[in-house]
Amino acid sequence: MSVMGLFFVFIATVAIMWLVRQGVMESPWLEEGEVAHYRRAGGAEPPTAGRVGLAVFLAVAGCLFSLLAAAFFMRGDAPDWQMPPIPGVLWVNTFLLAASSVALQLAVVAARRANAERVKTALLVGAVTAALFLIGQIWAWRELLELRFFASSNAANAFFYLLTGVHALHLIGGLVALARTTDKVRGAVRVTKALTTSVELCAIYWHFLLFVWLLMFAMLIGWADGFGAICRRLLS
Amino acid sequence: MTDASVPQNVAPPPAEVPDVDLYHAHSWITKYVFSQDAKVIAIQYAGTAIAVGILALVLSWVIRLQLAFPGAIPFIDANVYYQSVTMHGMIMVVYMLTAIFLGGFGNYLIPLMVGARDMVFPYVNMLSYWVYLIATLVLVSSYFFPGGPTGAGWTLYPPQSILTGTPGHEYGIILMLVSLILFIVGFTMGGLNYVVTVLQARTRGMTLMRMPLTVWGIFSAAVMALLAFPGLFVACLMLLLDRTLGTSFFMPSLVELGERKDYVGGSPILFQHLFWFFGHPEVYIVALPAFGIVSDLISVHARKNIFGYRMMVWAIIAIGVLSMVVWGHHMYISGMDPWFGFFFAVTTLAIAVPTALKVYNWVLTLWHADIHFTTPMLFALGFLVTFVNGGITGLYLGNVIVDVPLSATLFVVAHFHMVMGIAPVLVIFGAIYHWYPKITGRMMDERLGKIHFWITFLGAYAIFFPMHYLGVLGMPRRFYEMGETAFVPASAATLNIVITVIALAVGFAQSIFFYNLFKSLKYGAPAGGNPWRAASLEWQTPETPPGHGNWGKHLPVVYRWPYAYSVPGAPEDYLPQNAPPVRGEHSP
Repeated sequence: MSVMGLFFVFIATVAIMWLVRQGVMESPWLEEGEVAHYRRAGGAEPPTAGRVGLAVFLAVAGCLFSLLAAAFFMRGDAPDWQMPPIPGVLWVNTFLLAASSVALQLAVVAARRANAERVKTALLVGAVTAALFLIGQIWAWRELLELRFFASSNAANAFFYLLTGVHALHLIGGLVALARTTDKVRGAVRVTKALTTSVELCAIYWHFLLFVWLLMFAMLIGWADGFGAICRRLLS
Repeated sequence: MTDASVPQNVAPPPAEVPDVDLYHAHSWITKYVFSQDAKVIAIQYAGTAIAVGILALVLSWVIRLQLAFPGAIPFIDANVYYQSVTMHGMIMVVYMLTAIFLGGFGNYLIPLMVGARDMVFPYVNMLSYWVYLIATLVLVSSYFFPGGPTGAGWTLYPPQSILTGTPGHEYGIILMLVSLILFIVGFTMGGLNYVVTVLQARTRGMTLMRMPLTVWGIFSAAVMALLAFPGLFVACLMLLLDRTLGTSFFMPSLVELGERKDYVGGSPILFQHLFWFFGHPEVYIVALPAFGIVSDLISVHARKNIFGYRMMVWAIIAIGVLSMVVWGHHMYISGMDPWFGFFFAVTTLAIAVPTALKVYNWVLTLWHADIHFTTPMLFALGFLVTFVNGGITGLYLGNVIVDVPLSATLFVVAHFHMVMGIAPVLVIFGAIYHWYPKITGRMMDERLGKIHFWITFLGAYAIFFPMHYLGVLGMPRRFYEMGETAFVPASAATLNIVITVIALAVGFAQSIFFYNLFKSLKYGAPAGGNPWRAASLEWQTPETPPGHGNWGKHLPVVYRWPYAYSVPGAPEDYLPQNAPPVRGEHSP
C-alpha cells in the first residue's frame, strides 16, 4: 500500500495547497460585498469545466492504477510468484504509444495555431498508433497464452493480464473521446476554442496513459523490483 | 459556465448563463424519466435508495427474529440468515446511505446552494442514476437465481466468500461483485459532477468560504468517495476473476471437502487491505454529508450563525484526510506488525479531535440560541446525542488491546449502528422534513413528524444500547445460533427477545413517516418560498419548487455567508445570501 500512500500524499498536498489559495483561511463573517478577493497567480484564465473534470477523473484513474500496483507488489511477495517472460512486442507497443502521445501533442500545437488540416492529420496518426498499440497488446496476450501462461496458472500471469487489460480499457475509452473530437474537427471549417480544448483534453489523457503504461511496463519487466522490496519492508 | 474565482484584474463572471448551455426536455419521458435535470435525478436517486432501504429494513427483521427465536421460524435457516445479514449490510451501507446522501441530497442541493442552473455535466449525471439503478437491480435479482444471494457477510472476505460452503456461491457472489463494480462506475460519473459543479459552477460572489456546510460536507465526501471506491473496485474485480477464471489473487491453496482446490498462494490479507481502504473512508463518506446537513439544520432552527464556521470547514477537511489512513483498524485481528497497529490506532484516535471540535461547535451554536423545536431540529439534536454515543465506543475499539477481545462481538455491531446507521438516518429524516417544503411546495405534518421522531429516536436507543452489554458479555456477531454456550446467560436471550420486539415495532412505525410523506404531497399546508426563514441560497429561488434552470432569468449574486441569522438592525432576523448589503451591516 506504499504506492497508494505516495499517491495519496500527492493528491492531498495538491488539494490542500489549492484550498489555501482559494481562501479557506478567510473569515467569511467579516466580509461583505459582491465579490470577495481571489488569488490566482498571473491573472491566468480560469480553467474550463471539462479540464477540471478531466483532472478529477485522472485522480480517480490514478488511484485505481496505484491500488493495482500496490496489490501487485504485495502479492509479488509470495513464494509461488513467477513472472512470465515478457513478449518482445511490448517494446514496439511502448514505442507506438509514445508516438501516439507525440502525435496528439502535435495536434494541440496545430490547434493553437488554428491549422485545421494539420490537426486532422495529427489526430488520425494518434488514433492509428493507439489502435496499433491495442492490437500489439492483444498480440502479446496471444503469445503468452500460446506459451501456456494462463491467468489461472500463476498470479503473476494474472496480474499481467489484469494490468494490461485495465490499461487497454482506459485507452479504448480514450479512443471513443478521440473519435468524437476527430468527428468534430472533420466538420469544422476553422479551429474554434471549444475544439482546441477537446484536442487538449485528449492529449492530456494520452500523456497520462503513456505515463501509467511506462510505470506498468517497468513493473512487468522487473525494473521496479527494488521499489517493491522497500514497500514490503514498510508493511510487514 | 465560468468559475466564480476570477482574478481581480479580470471582469467578474457574467451573472447570466447563455440559454444554449441548458438542457431542455422535449417530452414527458425526457422530463421525468430520462431527465437530465439534477432535481429530478435527485428524486430518482432518493426514491430508489429508500425503496432498497426498505428491503434492507425487512432483512434486519429476519436477522432479529432468528436471534430472538432461534429455529422457531420455519423459513429462516442458516442460509437465509447469512444471506439476510450480508444483503442488509451491503444495501444499507452502499446502496442506501451512500446513494441517498450523494446521489439524492447532493444532486438536489449542490446546484441550488451554490447558485448554479444545473450540474456541469447533466448527461453524465443522468447516466450515473441509470447505472446505479441497474446495479441495484442486479443485486436484488440474485434472489431469483438458484442458490440465492451471497451469504458471505458484507465484507465478502475470501477465501470463504467464494467457496462452496457459503450460500449463493454459484450466482449470488458473482452478481454481488458485478453489481458493486457497476455501482462504482455509476458513482464515479455522479461524483465527478458533484465535485466539478462545486469547483466550477458557483455563482458570482459564492466563494468557497461562503458555501453552506452542507455543500462542504457533500463535496468532501464526494472527493473521498472518488478516491476510496477504486479500492473496492480493484478488490471486486480481482475477486471476480478468482471466482470465474480461477486466478489466485486472494485464494490460498486449500483443501475443501477433501478435494484440493487449484488455487495457489493467494493472499486473503491483500483483499482486506483493499476492501478496508474503501471501507473506512466509506464511514465518513456517509458521515460528512450528515455533519454538513446537521450544521445547517441547527443554525436555521436555532436562528444563530454556526459557531466557528472556519473550524467546521477545516475539521471536515481534516477528517477527510485522516480517514484515508485509518483502514488498518478493521484488521487488528488479521495479524499485522505491532508498529503498524500502533500507527493505525494513533490515526484512528486522532480523528476524534476534529470530530469533537465539530460536536463542541454544534453545542456552542445552540448555546443561548433561539431554539425552535421543529421536527428537523429534533432530528438534528437526536443525531448529536447518538453520534457522540456511537463515537465514544469508537474510542474503545480504536485501541488495539481493547479491540482484540471485542472484535466480532455485538459491541462492534452496536457501535457502528449507532455511529453510521442511526445517526445518519436521523439526519436523512431531519433533512427530508427540512427540505420537503422546497421540493414539493408543501409542509409535512409537524405532529406526525414529532411522533415519528420520538418513536424512532427512543426506539433506536432501546434496540442498540442493550447490544453493547451483549457484546461485552462476549456474544459474537453473525452467529446463526448460540446453542449451549456457558458464557451467555439466559437473561441475554430475554434481552434479545426484547430487542427484536422493539425492532419490529420501530420498523413498522416508519410507516408514519411514509404516510406523512405522501399525504403532505396533496394535503400539506402550502409552504411558500422560505418557510423556515433560512438565509442560504436554495430558499431564495423565484419559484417553489424550483423550476428548470433554478433561477429564472438571472443568476443570484451572493453578498455574504449563509449564516446571517439574528443580525442586529436588519429588517428581519436573517439576511438572505443574495440580499444586497445594508449600509453599515455587520453580519452577524
